[in-house]
Amino acid sequence: MATLFLPARGEVFALVAPIETRWQLKLKDDWPRMHSYLWFAGKRLLQLIAVIFFGVSAMFFVTYLSPIDPVEQVLGRLASRSNLSPDAIASTREALTAMFGTDQPMMAQYFNFWTRVLRGDLGASLMAFPTPAMELVMRSMPWTLGLLLTSTFITFVIGNVMGGLAGYFQNNRFFKAFGILAMGLQPIPYYIVAFIILIIFGFLWPVLPISGGFAMDVRPSWTLPFILSVLQHSLLPAFSLVLVGLGGWFIGMRALVSNIVTEDYVTYAELAGVKRNTVVASYVMRNALVPQITALAMVIGGVFSGTIITEQVFNYPGMGSLLVDAVNAGDYSTVLAVCTVSITAVATAIFIVDMLHPLLDPRVRAE
Amino acid sequence: MFSVFRDLVRYNIEFTIGLVLVGIMVVFAGLSFFAPMDPSLIYMAPPDQPPSTQYWFGTNSRGQEMFWQLSAAFKNSLQFGITVAILSRIISITVGLAAGYIGGWVDRVLMFVNDIFVAVPIFPILVLFYFVLRNNMDSFTMALILACFGWPFDARLIRSVALGLKHREFTRHAVFAGMSTRKVLVEEHLPYVMPIVFATFMNNMLWSIGMEVTLAVLGFTNINNPTIGTVLYWANSHSAMVVGVWWWLVIPVILIVMTFLGLFLLAMSMNEYIDPRSRLRRMGA
Repeated sequence: MATLFLPARGEVFALVAPIETRWQLKLKDDWPRMHSYLWFAGKRLLQLIAVIFFGVSAMFFVTYLSPIDPVEQVLGRLASRSNLSPDAIASTREALTAMFGTDQPMMAQYFNFWTRVLRGDLGASLMAFPTPAMELVMRSMPWTLGLLLTSTFITFVIGNVMGGLAGYFQNNRFFKAFGILAMGLQPIPYYIVAFIILIIFGFLWPVLPISGGFAMDVRPSWTLPFILSVLQHSLLPAFSLVLVGLGGWFIGMRALVSNIVTEDYVTYAELAGVKRNTVVASYVMRNALVPQITALAMVIGGVFSGTIITEQVFNYPGMGSLLVDAVNAGDYSTVLAVCTVSITAVATAIFIVDMLHPLLDPRVRAE
Repeated sequence: MFSVFRDLVRYNIEFTIGLVLVGIMVVFAGLSFFAPMDPSLIYMAPPDQPPSTQYWFGTNSRGQEMFWQLSAAFKNSLQFGITVAILSRIISITVGLAAGYIGGWVDRVLMFVNDIFVAVPIFPILVLFYFVLRNNMDSFTMALILACFGWPFDARLIRSVALGLKHREFTRHAVFAGMSTRKVLVEEHLPYVMPIVFATFMNNMLWSIGMEVTLAVLGFTNINNPTIGTVLYWANSHSAMVVGVWWWLVIPVILIVMTFLGLFLLAMSMNEYIDPRSRLRRMGA
């Protein structure tokens, strides 16, 4: 009687279907993963739409339920600047009421508001009169995006690399000192850090430009002097954003790495003589980076608020300065436009980061 | 409770430093109850006096003694931070415990709402509120608005703890003994999440005071109510740095940095204390 030899499951499969090519097997294997990724993407997309829907709706109801009538507010602004005849004021009031639609019932106004948002037309800006508010926002958007993206990228890379190294080499003096510095700056509000930098580089040691997006004497175009000028002017705002953001990444990464270092597979790799660089980069950092990507999605909203404030301090021509100017000028359309665009932009950025997450982490993919 | 405190002071230098810094600021803010004048009045002292034995922190261009002005400002700002922290803690505990314990569709709905709140950028919304409310925006309204946006991160954290508690033996015992859901949450689960609540309390205060400073500096709050932000607002609007009244800006900034560092160190050391691995490492066990 021959002993019963039971092959493992994979071997049975190989016996039954030996003709199938490797590629087909791989496809078969990957299909559930792909499927779950699409499922995940669909759910996230739904969430993105919900965020934008609720955010913009909340905006509408805040303005609708507030005791202040936008028509009277705009009229007050207009009348305080010039002498208008009562007739002119009456017809302006009529035109403004038609524009804002404030005489209609709530649901009609709500519906109207959404059609205008979807068409991207939130009316003319008041401070730069016939220019549409959306155009003003679109003009300032590249400045904010550029500042936000570069400073977030720099912060993420430096903070995580330094944090990871500090977690791995726990007794290194240099990393300890760096950690104290970064952590000390982290809790301080964006405004204060930007302001201190402004004082240092504006009054005490004026070497870098402290206001504006580019120098007065260069014309905005894709030429070298203009690009250099833009870079030079963005140095201080970006620097202040990086300073505040660094500590959070540093602390997070150091904590993650110092837990991973105690894992058996790291000890094993070290004992097996894997190169130190490989251990740090592929065994430790790679694994610690995954939760940090999730964290990136969570902080984008906060960093956006910080960028707006920093722009204001350094008089940078982005959306933050536009928002503050619009509020001070009582410009209803522009305030709404900035808010709509920023809710949409931040939600979309979070969506993109979330979509990248499963591609980096095989465990999430398999779920 | 007291032994936890003693351990923290003994083994954790960050906690001690944080406690001292916050303690100094609380005492300083408390002095405002003994202020000899109403801090919102102006021209009560000769303007632009540098710090001296008579005016410890100098006087500003609006004729206010900076010492009493700052003391009132820190009292108001700390009060504001504590209000926001308490209100948002109530929301996050309720949502976190309910989502974690009840689970099912309640969990899914609550976490869906939670994710929406995480994704909405708070600053433009706050500016919008100021824009429509203008002078009706007092500090309690602002505290309410901030509390409505300050809970989602911590609710998620509390939920993750509650998820673990749900399958523990004592929860089953409580359910079999006939405790209602509300009672299980309040009497059995709440004590387990309290350390997290305390640690996030400090973080939330940092965040809300930071927001208040930012809004006030732009002039988007009631600027006649002395807070940390409005002190800076008035200093900026009188160009204090340019005309050489440096103490009007430098002293508040130093005090703000002290407060924020203190609160941050407290929050961080409590976080570390909650995690048993890092606590053991620190105690050298």
